[in-house]
Amino acid sequence: MELLDNLALGFSTAFLLQNVLYCFVGVLLGTAVGVLPGIGPTATVAMLLPITFSFEPVTALIMLAGIYYGAQYGGSTTAILINLPGESSAAVTALDGHEMARQGRAGAALAAAAIGSFVAGTLATVALAVAAPPLARVALRFGPAEYFSLVLLGLVVSIALARGTALKALAMIALGVLFGTVGQDIYTGTPRFVFGQRELYGGIDFVSVAVGMFGVAEILRNLEHERTRTVVVSRVNSLWPTKEDRRRMIGPILRGTGLGAALGVLPGGGHVLASFTSYAVEKRVSRRRRHEFGHGAIEGVAGPESANNAAAQTSFIPLLTLGLPAHPVMALMVGAFIVQGITPGPNVITDEPALFWGLIASMWIGNVLLVLLNLPLIGIWVRMLHIPYQVLFPMIILFAAIGTYSLGFNAFDVYAVVFFGILGYILIKCGCEPAPLLLGFVLGPLLEENLRRALIISRGDASVFLTRPISAVLLVLAVAALAVAVLPTIRRRREVVFSDEEA
Amino acid sequence: MTTTSRYWTAVRMIAAIGAASLVAACSGGAGNTGTGADTGGYPDQNITFVVPFSAGGPTDTVTRMIAEPMAAKLGGKIVVQNVEGAGGTVGAGEVARAEPDGYTVLMHHIGMSTAPSLYRDLGYQPLESFETVGLVTEVPMTVVARKDFEPATLQDLVTYVKANAGKVTLANAGIGAASHLCGLLFQTAAGVKLQEVPYEGTGPALTDLVGGQVDFMCDQTTNTSGQISASEVKAYAVTTPERVKSLPDLPTTTEAGLPQLQVSVWHGLYVPKGTPQDIVQKLSEALKAALADQKVVDQMAKLGTTPVPAESATPQAHRTKLQEQLGTWAKVITDAGVKAS
Repeated sequence: MELLDNLALGFSTAFLLQNVLYCFVGVLLGTAVGVLPGIGPTATVAMLLPITFSFEPVTALIMLAGIYYGAQYGGSTTAILINLPGESSAAVTALDGHEMARQGRAGAALAAAAIGSFVAGTLATVALAVAAPPLARVALRFGPAEYFSLVLLGLVVSIALARGTALKALAMIALGVLFGTVGQDIYTGTPRFVFGQRELYGGIDFVSVAVGMFGVAEILRNLEHERTRTVVVSRVNSLWPTKEDRRRMIGPILRGTGLGAALGVLPGGGHVLASFTSYAVEKRVSRRRRHEFGHGAIEGVAGPESANNAAAQTSFIPLLTLGLPAHPVMALMVGAFIVQGITPGPNVITDEPALFWGLIASMWIGNVLLVLLNLPLIGIWVRMLHIPYQVLFPMIILFAAIGTYSLGFNAFDVYAVVFFGILGYILIKCGCEPAPLLLGFVLGPLLEENLRRALIISRGDASVFLTRPISAVLLVLAVAALAVAVLPTIRRRREVVFSDEEA
Repeated sequence: MTTTSRYWTAVRMIAAIGAASLVAACSGGAGNTGTGADTGGYPDQNITFVVPFSAGGPTDTVTRMIAEPMAAKLGGKIVVQNVEGAGGTVGAGEVARAEPDGYTVLMHHIGMSTAPSLYRDLGYQPLESFETVGLVTEVPMTVVARKDFEPATLQDLVTYVKANAGKVTLANAGIGAASHLCGLLFQTAAGVKLQEVPYEGTGPALTDLVGGQVDFMCDQTTNTSGQISASEVKAYAVTTPERVKSLPDLPTTTEAGLPQLQVSVWHGLYVPKGTPQDIVQKLSEALKAALADQKVVDQMAKLGTTPVPAESATPQAHRTKLQEQLGTWAKVITDAGVKAS
């Protein structure tokens, strides 16, 4: 068995003392930056990259990879506890995870996230080992037209993120897409909606939007009826998922893993869609409990967290098999390869088998380390919720302000948090929710970039979206998903109209 | 090469501030070292090498390769700082405004000569704001295409794109990126105007080239040699006078019949205008020593490049190159009507 030989080589490399040690350092740092809002994995990898220059190549890459998937793991913690997502994927976890925390089930939510991530990480590592090269070939069939259709499908599907009506969700998505267009256009260099502010040339930072719309808006809402809130959260039931919880987690974890693993392979931004899509799928699959989503459904934590972690794992496939980076973190890792004297490309698997298989094996070890690291921490995290709210909320605001400021030591980013905090509060008051807006904000630029690129390549012929088979299938799915989401609302509206006429 | 990208904002900002504060600290502390004639003690504090691109990119890599041997020769310590943003103009601007005491040094590439044509309100002028120290290396570029692209040779490519100018797509890594400049020069040399497809960085552009979504592009050997040797892309020529060691079968553009297409991503060291001449000389000597270091030669060979000969690692040779390149790119960029901001 060639695969077994390869895995044996991989594990013998990954289990070397210094490799296990730096794998641990990587996932520990990753967890830490995942927990802190503001400092993301890209910044961390960029800062630590020079340190790794003196390491063995495989050790350096093991540590840098650990930071990346460790951060995906850690991002859910603050999202669940204090509704403060540091990454776009964690914004989905916040929806039901934070609701669970409010109901005193923070421990169960954190455990669901940790277990889901571990299972997903393990299965995705197997997928990487078994099928990396053929998967990468499939991923290359995705061009700008396919990405446009995929992102469009993701946007439509994300209507499911909303608790309220589909039309309000659509409006929020559109608003998010508009915020996403702020900054310099990559095709022409033209500044858009910058109002002469130099700080806006690079676009609005995701962290400012997420911290404002989720964290600050949530605090403002809580302060309205502070007494009830304190009572609700201090009642912490159990730290662990109940038997019923565990039963409910299995399906979402497996579906999330499959979905995330598939989307993660696509280098043009598939990993961004993983958690959103998983949430939407779970909401649709779960017929009996659909009304629970948004009110603390454990499926809404387990599924997206698994999808996100699986995607983080499989997004290494294009890098390792083809030398093509799928993400800014991967681009930095290409730099690490080059500094180490390894030319990233399709030959890495054959030329450097110990490095390729060692890195894959280390990802599984890293996932074990993450579980060992995170499960005992749950008790400590949950205790944080016992802090009286009048003490906790200024701390959260301080924490968020420092994290956001550290993005660029730029006061502008903090003002942006204030702006989006107030906007988020107003929107909540209007019955509109921040999650679809955030998704529109993240996916909008991808949508535009690929739409324009596809049209540039086709010389303005819009039929490419239908003549390319993968794109056509994705568009049909998008139309179907839109119909499913919007029709009930329209029907209800008509019923209301009719009953009004009768009256 | 590195381009500005929304994704990179966070990295760039952190790096920028880190470096900016360090640059500020260096220049702030310059009072006690003085900028007068007495520079015999140089260096008596850390020297900051500012790289205006991301950590791990080719320019950063080259800088870190030479920093150590240069520090050894100078008898001091060199700290490398990444100050990213706007095609390298943010970092260059920082250094232009730094104290001219030899403790703030800029590593920049071909972008130094293109920025004045690409950007409005640069805040500095390449020839007036800096002293040149010496050239470092010239990274060759390659003309590559998707593997099933029809033309077999560079000559065929020129004929083919002329005949199919309305159909062919030319990818690049963003406005002002080396691949964009090389693409412009190709169009000038071939006498044709093609549809350009910009990407956010080399990674996505190369992904779509390997995936066959776009027809061809021009990029540094650092990025393409892995794909070329694995036959994932078709390579036509290398854009330097000499062939590169890592790709011995690949002809030069001159051999392949398009001698006008001469472009390399040349790197050089700069200090702020007004830095004492003996310090510039010391830095230049240290640079020469580093470039002669066998370890540096070997590391650069892995990148598909070589150190420049000793006579090019001098302030005068560097200045001549900069002047010549400023003229070349001003014409190419103005003719193409490109502006980055």
